[in-house]
Amino acid sequence: MTIALQPETGTERPPRLQPTGWLRYFSFSVDHKVIGLQYLVCGFLFYLIGGALAGAIRTELASPVADFMPRDVYNQVLTLHGTVMIFLWIVPVVNGAFGNYLIPFYVGARDMAFPRLNAVAFWLIPPAGLLLISSYFLTGAAQSGWTAYPPLSITTPATGQIIWILSVLLLGGSSIFGGINFIATILKLRRPGLKLMQLPMYCWAMLGTSILVVLSTPVLAGTLVLLSFDIVAHTGFFNPTLGGNVVVYQHLFWFYSHPAVYIMVLPAFGLVSEILPVHARKPLFGYTTMVYSIMAIVGLGLIVWAHHMFTSGTPPWMRLFFTIATAFIAVPTGIKFFNWLATLWGGRISLNSAMLFSCGFIVNFVLGGITGVALAQVPFDIHVHDTYFVVAHFHYIVFGGSVFVIFASIYHWYPKFTGRMLNEHLGRLHFALTFIGFNLCFGPQHWLGLNGMPRRVAEYDPQFTLINQISSVGALLMAISTLPFLWNVIQSAFAGQRAGDNPWNALTPEWLTSSPPPVENWVGEAPLVEEPYGFGIPAEAFDLAAASGRDLWSSGK
Amino acid sequence: MLLVLGGMWVGQNINLLPVDASVNAPIYDELFQVLFTIGTVLFVGIVGLLVFSLIRFRRRSDQIGDGIAIEGNLPLEIFWTAVPAVVVLFVGLYSYDIYDRMGGMVPLAHDHMDGAHEERVWGGISSGSVQAGEIGNALPIDVTAMQFAFLFHYPDGDIISGELHVPAGRPITLRMEAKDVIHAFWVPEFRLKQDVIPGQPTQLSFTPTRPGRYPIVCAELCGPYHGGMRSTVVVEEQDAWDAWFSSNAKTDAANT
Repeated sequence: MTIALQPETGTERPPRLQPTGWLRYFSFSVDHKVIGLQYLVCGFLFYLIGGALAGAIRTELASPVADFMPRDVYNQVLTLHGTVMIFLWIVPVVNGAFGNYLIPFYVGARDMAFPRLNAVAFWLIPPAGLLLISSYFLTGAAQSGWTAYPPLSITTPATGQIIWILSVLLLGGSSIFGGINFIATILKLRRPGLKLMQLPMYCWAMLGTSILVVLSTPVLAGTLVLLSFDIVAHTGFFNPTLGGNVVVYQHLFWFYSHPAVYIMVLPAFGLVSEILPVHARKPLFGYTTMVYSIMAIVGLGLIVWAHHMFTSGTPPWMRLFFTIATAFIAVPTGIKFFNWLATLWGGRISLNSAMLFSCGFIVNFVLGGITGVALAQVPFDIHVHDTYFVVAHFHYIVFGGSVFVIFASIYHWYPKFTGRMLNEHLGRLHFALTFIGFNLCFGPQHWLGLNGMPRRVAEYDPQFTLINQISSVGALLMAISTLPFLWNVIQSAFAGQRAGDNPWNALTPEWLTSSPPPVENWVGEAPLVEEPYGFGIPAEAFDLAAASGRDLWSSGK
Repeated sequence: MLLVLGGMWVGQNINLLPVDASVNAPIYDELFQVLFTIGTVLFVGIVGLLVFSLIRFRRRSDQIGDGIAIEGNLPLEIFWTAVPAVVVLFVGLYSYDIYDRMGGMVPLAHDHMDGAHEERVWGGISSGSVQAGEIGNALPIDVTAMQFAFLFHYPDGDIISGELHVPAGRPITLRMEAKDVIHAFWVPEFRLKQDVIPGQPTQLSFTPTRPGRYPIVCAELCGPYHGGMRSTVVVEEQDAWDAWFSSNAKTDAANT
């Protein structure tokens, strides 16, 4: 902390204890921007692994018989796919990567509140991820799904399951460290004069998310420790043959894992709220209701977990309560979507890659939200629970939602990260391939679920062959779509067009410094941004085609 | 208005579900239709608005300025908080009603148990869709799920079968228990699913209507051969079922 906060006086810098060149990205750096990029690149590498696993699943499902890989390997692959995508890609990237990079800027700080804890939180991830993936080669990975329901998780090979638990515990620890750090930074490190209700929306999203992380992740950790006792020490917490109760595990597991959906999606909401106003050249519509709806989602998100258990043993009153609570999350979520639409309405919208991915997110997430409200209804859920309908639903939320936003954010902030622009044509190609591939892959799966295909199967009724093959083609398109992206990101880092400090003419504080920013974010004092979305011309002056008189970015602020 | 009418038309005319073969399946399909209609209206409305905005308000090459500085509109925001709240409340109450008609809210019938041992039985859909007077007439069947098969035991005739044979039009009560891990009993054509849990019996009641052979699918990951854990439910006319029953019954039970 002391190192990070040492005031930089003058241009002559004292020799630093930390590496400064490209090596710093492989070091125990305490610079929040380095850590943010470490999270991002590391997460993306795990995304490629998780994507390869998804490819294996879709290859197996291209034919109705289990012919591509042995059945137990298939179960290992689907377990790894879920775990990698959730715990090593989406959660670390939407929270860790963008949170670390942006939050100190947004609150006007020079670093996070606990820079060393921050570095520890990141450096837990690569070993945990490698541990998880190496378990496949060493002993065979866990095969009970990412939910690890006992008694299946107790009766499948123990070593793989134990390694899975260890890895998830490490990643959970990393997540908790990050959450504590974000709460402290947002509440305590704000620049003097900056009020809470002047913060960019992503700060609110991260505050809400971090509250969820801190409240719910320890419950998962405790549950998994008990599960590991059941496996290793033959205790009977969840083992029915020893008097344990398997449904209790499901309650404890979903007490974390439903909020986990919001841990993946709320930061994405925050990021979209940053991207849309800049490229639509309009203020964010309804700032106050956005803040309250985030907090409402946080509150409601903690009391809906049993909607994952409508076909387990749950009493009728509980089903009714969780139906109503779940359905009501649609209200604050709906507010956010209508506010985004109103933000676009009457704007001067640049249809660039960041904007296209953001709008793709809106389309996908609205569909995922509608199926989500349907799934919340007990009688509806009883038919489609644990089917491909659910698979389609949650991929519309976490891929169509969070991953689309991750790509939008990369297109938006890449000039800040590197000082160079990404190629716009490749970006649009990437968007088109991803959007078409995604909908081709997951859209038809709704029908599969309604008509009788359960999830997590390696073989299925031959009547579903055609639709599954369409879905696999979509998956192939998605795999291809990463190629222009990868080329774009690597090539532009060296030969991209120079971006300048603020290519989008944005008003949030990360753009009011050089690109890439200096080590402690600003030379001189941090700017006080009271109107992060102060775009636009007052309605009465709108008929003049002049540039905005409120363009604070040019006034030297 | 056009949107609502279009949505209603889509809801009425597009059928994505398999055939219905139990009393509660048509009730389910009614709910599905309503949800599908509302969903279509919302989805088309929102996506339409989005696409319209993107085209209408895209930046032309001669425009260098910003859009209008509208930061909020309280009545509008109250409006789009209230409308989804009302829709959600309506859907919630409606699905509660559907659930009630399917028998989900009925207190569990304990008449199938001996009463000698107090056992906690959880259930999803109970015999609610069955006329109250007919509950006594329900055919009890014990279901045992194990890796990777279902076994059906008919206490009346002491029959053990790998296929579930049921007469059309008569209420059935399944009492289910798993031997090893959690399984789930799912018949898509009945629109019914219930987890089968080790150490905790569950119960499921339904009345089949349409004779035919329908798949029974295990819907909870239960091990390597989870995808192969399937069976068949054979819904037969009463006469055909009687013949099957008496040819298999070990005890000479009176045909209830």
